[in-house]
Amino acid sequence: MILVVLENQRGKIHPFSMEAVAAGQKFAEQLDCKLFILCLGEKVDDLKSQAQNFKANKLITAQHTMIDMYSADGYSKVLSDVISELSPKYVLMGHSYMVRDFLPRVSAKLNIPFVSDIISVDFNGGPNFSKQVFNAKLATNIEVNSEQALLSFQSAAFSSDDLKDGGPDEEVQFNVELSSNDIKSQSEPEFQESSSGVDLTAAELIVSIGRGIESEDNLPTMQSLADAMGAEVASSRPVVDMGWLPPYRQVGSSGQVISPKLYFSLGVSGAIQHVVGMKGSKNILAINKDEDAPIFEIADYAVIGDVLEIVPKLTEEINK
Amino acid sequence: MKIAVLTKAIPSYESSIRVDSSGKWIDEAMVNYVVNESDSYALEEALQIKENVGGDSEVVVVTLGSEANTSKVIKDGLAKGADRGIFIKNESTTTDPLSIAKLFADNLKSENFDLIFSGLQSDDMGSGQTGVLVGEMLDMSTATLAIETQVEGDKIKVKRELESGWFQWVSLPFPSSISIQSGINEPRYPSLKGIMGAKRKELNTLEAAPSDQSQSFVNLYIPKNEKVTEKIEGDADTIVAKIMDILKNKLKVI
Ligand SMILES: Cc1cc2nc3c(=O)[nH]c(=O)nc-3n(C[C@H](O)[C@H](O)[C@H](O)COP(=O)(O)OP(=O)(O)OC[C@H]3O[C@@H](n4cnc5c(N)ncnc54)[C@H](O)[C@@H]3O)c2cc1C
Ligand SMILES: Nc1ncnc2c1ncn2[C@@H]1O[C@H](COP(=O)(O)O)[C@@H](O)[C@H]1O
Repeated sequence: MILVVLENQRGKIHPFSMEAVAAGQKFAEQLDCKLFILCLGEKVDDLKSQAQNFKANKLITAQHTMIDMYSADGYSKVLSDVISELSPKYVLMGHSYMVRDFLPRVSAKLNIPFVSDIISVDFNGGPNFSKQVFNAKLATNIEVNSEQALLSFQSAAFSSDDLKDGGPDEEVQFNVELSSNDIKSQSEPEFQESSSGVDLTAAELIVSIGRGIESEDNLPTMQSLADAMGAEVASSRPVVDMGWLPPYRQVGSSGQVISPKLYFSLGVSGAIQHVVGMKGSKNILAINKDEDAPIFEIADYAVIGDVLEIVPKLTEEINK
Repeated sequence: MKIAVLTKAIPSYESSIRVDSSGKWIDEAMVNYVVNESDSYALEEALQIKENVGGDSEVVVVTLGSEANTSKVIKDGLAKGADRGIFIKNESTTTDPLSIAKLFADNLKSENFDLIFSGLQSDDMGSGQTGVLVGEMLDMSTATLAIETQVEGDKIKVKRELESGWFQWVSLPFPSSISIQSGINEPRYPSLKGIMGAKRKELNTLEAAPSDQSQSFVNLYIPKNEKVTEKIEGDADTIVAKIMDILKNKLKVI
């Protein structure tokens, strides 16, 4: 049996969970086994009503006042209990920030391996799971040497377009047992920090700055190119972490998601957490001095060269 | 306050990464090992907590791996201000998060750390699991993606980064294992005095005996190109002329 665990994101099913359901349906078909979907914890009724459409054998709800707000302690305890009782072969979730936070706990509690951040699945043999390693410069196929496994999928490993509707054959409640001893940590409500920044999503042209500009002193040179093109400046996370640009310029899984007409990157390596924020761009032009940089795998135009040398000349040429 | 910081040696961004003849690992001879990015933020956070809490606080840098790859990592941690080092020597390539976490848990159990800090993700394996696994194995409270911490009596409050600009505060009783997101602070550079003093600090080497791997690499490969990519190479003038042509004539954006 395959168990997909749904995640709530402020009242809605997390988009990664939709992809995990699509994955679950595919797994069930390929491995010829049953599919169970679990609605867990926070806003469980919202999840349940939205999950009514998914074709599955069982829709399970696990609810308790102690997990009405997300808690790593509570969620890991309850999911471990569900897994112990139902013994699914695979437990599937999206590779979200919540999954990073509590699923390893389940893995350690039950001694079941957790293969995280999977980008694709090969059902011939295995199944084998591929993921990126070494800063996305290489990928690997992972083999599980255990009866059961926990799996999390990077966004777009499966597509919610492939979801089969039809609804669950059966609905059941899981009998949750939690005591205050189980919950050590106390979560407070989620909040958003006022983003007094620019809306990068509205820009047609983006010049994206990565750590490859080598020093904060080179920032004005890169900004001149953006000015000459009439482009908005975006950046990778390290550029923000080092304080070279403000957080609202960041693109990626913890920044903004953009799809401009042109995304032009200067010294960005193309880590998956950055790529999820810009892979929808209509055209991708990237300068990087390393010809193996992963950004080139998704670029339309791959410029192999030094930004410090190319950018000033290019700006001059545009300004002519 | 007794704080461990898990610090990993990873191939630098500039290193050329090539699959070796086994097809399952990389050619390490071509690689320059450096400290994993989020781990240096974790170390800085630990050092700042030690400085604020005072008393007989202690920061211990802990690494696991082969002698050749990790020696710089410990030295760097001690030079920045960690009080001592623990080196868990493992010459085999262990890629299974559960086995790695067991090695940490078994070797660190008797130390009874109040806090274990780790990076939220290693840039080579990218499992994003180790800190939480170790925390669970040692019966500690856990949190991930910390971008601010505040020690308050017998608790540590952690501001967690969530997706798309959302955050959450979590308060955790000690002992606690927390994985740190990059950007939480400004990591210091080692001082000359620190570098000199590092040599005299205690380094404890423990031999690791990894258990069977619950998941393992079948092979390593270069990812396939998803798109038809036009390669642009040459001297700077040639490149500039080609980019101009693309911007002007193909994309018509200038
Ligand atoms: C949970 C999580 C969330 C994250 N969220 C985000 C996010 O939202 N956004 C994000 O961007 N990252 C995010 N990251 C970080 C991400 O994993 C990468 O570390 C980051 O994207 C790398 O940024 P970079 O490409 O600028 O730097 P690097 O990876 O250091 O790459 C620099 C590149 O510049 C090239 N270069 C160097 N010098 C030159 C030169 N002179 N000319 C040309 N090229 C040069 C190098 O070859 C290299 O490819 C996140 C990570 C995690 C774990
Ligand atoms: N071999 C290791 N040595 C030291 N720390 C490690 C090691 N492996 C993982 N870690 C720690 O665990 C974090 C997460 O790693 P990972 O689970 O591999 O993504 C890293 O940022 C380190 O802090």
